[in-house]
Amino acid sequence: MGMNMTEKILARHAGLETVVPGQLINCQLDMVLANDITAPPAIKEFEKIGRPVFDRTKIALVPDHFTPNKDIKTAGLTKAVRDFAQKHAIVNYFEVGRMGIEHVILPEKGLVGPGMLTIGADSHTCTYGAVGGFSTGVGTTDLAVALATGEAWFKVPETIKVELQGEKPEGINGKDVILTLIGMIGVDGALYKALEFAGEGLASLSMTDRFTIANMAIEAGGKNGIFPVDEKTRAYVEGRVQREYEIIAPDEDASYAQVVTINLSELRPVVAFPHLPGNTKRVEDIGEIEIDQVVIGSCTNGRLEDLEIAAKILAGRSVHPRVRCIVVPGSQQVYLDAMKAGYIEVLVHAGAAVSTPTCGPCMGGHMGILAAGERCVSTTNRNFRGRMGHVDSEVYLAGPHVAAASAVLGRIATPEEVE
Amino acid sequence: MQLEGKVWRYGDNIDTDVIIPARYLNSFDPAELASHCMVDIDESFAENVKAGDLMVGGRNFGCGSSREHAPIAIKASGVPVIIAANFARIFYRNGINIGLPLLEIGDDVEKIKADDTLRVDTAAGRIENLTTGDVFQAHPLPGFVQDIARAGGLINYIKEKK
Repeated sequence: MGMNMTEKILARHAGLETVVPGQLINCQLDMVLANDITAPPAIKEFEKIGRPVFDRTKIALVPDHFTPNKDIKTAGLTKAVRDFAQKHAIVNYFEVGRMGIEHVILPEKGLVGPGMLTIGADSHTCTYGAVGGFSTGVGTTDLAVALATGEAWFKVPETIKVELQGEKPEGINGKDVILTLIGMIGVDGALYKALEFAGEGLASLSMTDRFTIANMAIEAGGKNGIFPVDEKTRAYVEGRVQREYEIIAPDEDASYAQVVTINLSELRPVVAFPHLPGNTKRVEDIGEIEIDQVVIGSCTNGRLEDLEIAAKILAGRSVHPRVRCIVVPGSQQVYLDAMKAGYIEVLVHAGAAVSTPTCGPCMGGHMGILAAGERCVSTTNRNFRGRMGHVDSEVYLAGPHVAAASAVLGRIATPEEVE
Repeated sequence: MQLEGKVWRYGDNIDTDVIIPARYLNSFDPAELASHCMVDIDESFAENVKAGDLMVGGRNFGCGSSREHAPIAIKASGVPVIIAANFARIFYRNGINIGLPLLEIGDDVEKIKADDTLRVDTAAGRIENLTTGDVFQAHPLPGFVQDIARAGGLINYIKEKK
């Protein structure tokens, strides 16, 4: 029996010829990640183990959630991360001004690549499946043990194959794909399972689309979301990933627990209603929903292509008088590239506030908290109750196209309505 | 371990943002986290929970973020075990790793209501609803996971192995 991508990567990292779903295995890790919320408790647990870090070049520490420090307590958290990074000479520590949101900056700096196995103390660590690696989120205790041992235990998941047919039409992006998928299978539709993307439709997806899609595998309960490596992946990782990597393809006779089919050519812009990412509806079917805030950014949609989509819609137009539009480039590099391309100027002219990279607004940390009764269209990944502020606020998830159109019209809208 | 306690009953898809909202993640002190536990869906929980009370949820309990602060907040509230139809996977790992037993009983969870009293044998996975007389059997934990639970969490387990 052949193996799928997830099984192959897990087997190689466990030193085994083959693995089967349900098997408990111990794996060697290629990269271990934590942020300013998850690293401090992990550091405390790590110190109880009483060993040195397993490899200072295979650890990434990214203070991105409450940074730039939002208050005195969070300043203490980031200081704990900084002190640890200095003490252990951690190579990949990213300071404010030279950083990015973790799941934007790790691929951008080439710290994750095809065939690699990464764990991160952040649920959206599944993003790196976009480059053909296995990556998944863990908590602080797993992270603490990984810092000391470079190993983690896994149960080999069953895999759902997502067969993408057709071609992505103009004006549709990765967010429409993943929100449509979660709407189909539900927020627990991939619980304990891997999502492996396949099919002719892959060729029409940009790397940005794939990062967005893999990023939200967790919102279907998935352990990971993984894409096969093609020319677009190769073009992205070549020259970027300095360490050796192995391109893994699924076997012809690999087995899957389930196959889900999506025809990309039939997709329309969608939005996920409060309070679950699976409450997906076509924007054209929802009627008039007035909004107070728009957030464009995050580990889901904070890349250059996302800002380009938003800037093209906002160019020569203005953010609706009732709306605050907050744009958060995903990394310093994205910020700089967006500036050179003129997108930042367009966005500022339109009346958007452009922030330094941070996770801030996405999880109700800072930089755009909602009051009771307020509604936000956000390109982030979660719309749980109270996620972005008051428990009686509402978050509607969408791609940068819908977010920018909604910013102009002051209600949830498709880009066509702006024309 | 034999436990007996009163049930705090919650529904499906209880996410980590409602278990402990991000605005309280500027601390990882267990007692402080416990003082805000469940506040966005049930303000009475943190005020009234007693040591030994049990938490019961529906499907996909603990979905969302990887914050271990969530199971820590529940454990520090005095809740010794969580029972649900099933758990989101990161939350499940985190619970095991901090020595908080999590029992999955599928649709049987519908037969447990708020304020019922349960007797739970966490090692055997046996749950008796003393209020209704129903008896449930949880899906057994893999042996290696039982070893982690016996050691009181993953850190102790790793230290013992060393």
